Amino acid sequence: MKKFIKYTGVVIPINRDNIDTDAIIPKQFLKSVDKSGFGDNLFDAWRYEDQGEPGADCSNRPLNKEFVLNRKPYRDGSFLLARENFGCGSSREHAVWALRDFGIRTVIAASFADIFHNNCFKNGVLPIALPLADIEWLFARDDEQGAFSMEIDLERQALTSEDGNVYRFEIDEFKKHCLLEGLDDIGLTLQHEPDISAYEARRAKEAPWLFPDLQL
Amino acid sequence: MTGKTLYDKLWNQHLVREADGGDALIYIDRQLLHEVTSPQAFAGLRDAKRVPRRLAANLAVADHNVPTTDRSAGIDDPIARLQVETLDRNCAEFGITEFNMTDPRQGIVHVVGPEQGVTQPGMTIVCGDSHTATHGALGALAFGIGTSEVEHVLATQCLMARKMKNMRIVLNGALAEGMASKDMILRVIGEIGTSGGTGYTIEFAGSAVENASMEARMTLCNMAIEAGARAGIIAVDQKTVDYLRGRPYSPSGDHFDLAVKAWRELVSDPDAVFDAEHVIDVTDLRPQVTWGTSPEMVASVDDVIPDPADAPDEGKREGWSRALEYMALEPGTQIGSIEVDKVFIGACTNGRIEDLRAAASIARGRRVAPNIKQALVVPGSGLVKKQAEDEGLDRIFIDAGFEWREPGCSMCLAMNADRLEPGERCAATSNRNFEGRQGYGGRTHLVSPVMAAAAAVAGHFADPNKL
Repeated sequence: MKKFIKYTGVVIPINRDNIDTDAIIPKQFLKSVDKSGFGDNLFDAWRYEDQGEPGADCSNRPLNKEFVLNRKPYRDGSFLLARENFGCGSSREHAVWALRDFGIRTVIAASFADIFHNNCFKNGVLPIALPLADIEWLFARDDEQGAFSMEIDLERQALTSEDGNVYRFEIDEFKKHCLLEGLDDIGLTLQHEPDISAYEARRAKEAPWLFPDLQL
Repeated sequence: MTGKTLYDKLWNQHLVREADGGDALIYIDRQLLHEVTSPQAFAGLRDAKRVPRRLAANLAVADHNVPTTDRSAGIDDPIARLQVETLDRNCAEFGITEFNMTDPRQGIVHVVGPEQGVTQPGMTIVCGDSHTATHGALGALAFGIGTSEVEHVLATQCLMARKMKNMRIVLNGALAEGMASKDMILRVIGEIGTSGGTGYTIEFAGSAVENASMEARMTLCNMAIEAGARAGIIAVDQKTVDYLRGRPYSPSGDHFDLAVKAWRELVSDPDAVFDAEHVIDVTDLRPQVTWGTSPEMVASVDDVIPDPADAPDEGKREGWSRALEYMALEPGTQIGSIEVDKVFIGACTNGRIEDLRAAASIARGRRVAPNIKQALVVPGSGLVKKQAEDEGLDRIFIDAGFEWREPGCSMCLAMNADRLEPGERCAATSNRNFEGRQGYGGRTHLVSPVMAAAAAVAGHFADPNKL
């Protein structure tokens, strides 16, 4: 996983509650056996006027010009701004892969669905929950004064808008460390191999029916 | 010392390493795999030159992409075919048990798990699918994970996780004739909202849950995720034990008796404290129908479509307006007057034998209304299908004008050929009514199997007791 570095980018506002993973990446694109190549189909049903098919070239598809991802300067944005319960629905990690492939490294919302929130950290994408009042203010900022950019400094746990407003956010120390260092979770867990084996040995005695394969 | 909730007990039993500032490490007893969210996990294993830690802890079955029509010629769609074949290949290469597309036991992973006894009380169960919550009905801690975590579990048999808070939803009272657990869970989601359970594990309790069958309990837990909770759980009782007895993967002999002794402990202590609790009386519950593009947008069949002007806040007002526009519905419309184009009976929510029996009780001796373009019945597994056929349910459906299909996820998420066309309206027994969920531009109303069958024969939503 790539290290999460300090960067500045344009904020893409999608002023909706309950943006589900079916909207982020519709199911037909889940047929892929790869982990990348989903960026062109991010928000496919909202972004294009026609129905997208997996593997099709998106460069000539009719665009929904109203949709924020098709407008300058948002289409080059790297922050996504939404309201409550972002990423609800299906567990598909493809939703995070699509955001990441498009170039979005930070999602700012009033709240997140749990599975999506978890999936973000596995892919170097940072989900930031801010109080609803701040979220409202950021939407109003975009609405009234046009597109703006932000800087994310994960080390300091601070988002700074181009007009100098600073938003502090909370993050689990361990997850922060993993993002900053680009660490592989599996490698970390395997360091605890003795604990896992000890658990299995103890549990297989307590509950042998769960470990028919480990019975001697 | 205060008592423990069922969730506390399940969590403690699986703790490999306490959290030291970050996540805890918990042991996973069972992983269920399917073709859509596993290929990248297997590829990751291979890239890192790792192997699954415990083969016997895994079971794979293809369900999302499989056709529900004749399978003898394979899958037409080359991309879907590649995905299903990739699962076959990965399972063969690594040595994981798979029920492939032509296996009589094949079906939706969340129907197959309990049916085979692969799902057992006291287990931690994961799958790269959010409806893994279903398995909590058997007193297991079961939740959906992403593909990176699928790979993590394959490699380590563990997950990094943070303990959730405890929520109890108490459902009291006796359901009226024609009501189902689907109506209860839709009512719950309508009350607490789709993020009401975020950050919690929900335990369903109360007399209506105690009186519910195991299959009805699975429907409740299945949609815990639509209330925002990754896991829904229900205490073990005699019904749970009876359900498990004699299933192919259930413990047998001495191990069964030993297991039952441990399973009996899987209830919340009387003095356990929950972080949140909701109590709902279901005595007067009426058939529920969703009208919008989020499962929380739900009303009873006797109600009218609500007016966004009456929404509790600005965010909801905009959400309701957008949903009604997408659904092509006007405020004030009688829900019972809404005509549908298609009917879908099936999915991990309502594709079990009791669901089919309930739907068949409405279909029996009636005909699908002329305005219905298609009414699909898709059993949740090959064994559910066989059981239904042994009981003659297939004939009832076919005689009434329904199509009787092969098992799979089908039109719940429309990855295969079963889907809505733009603008079509569907009465569906599945779990999500999101925009485009059942097909691009499709409009989904979530209902119980009885209501879906009633909509099929009436041509519109209708009180199943007054057909």
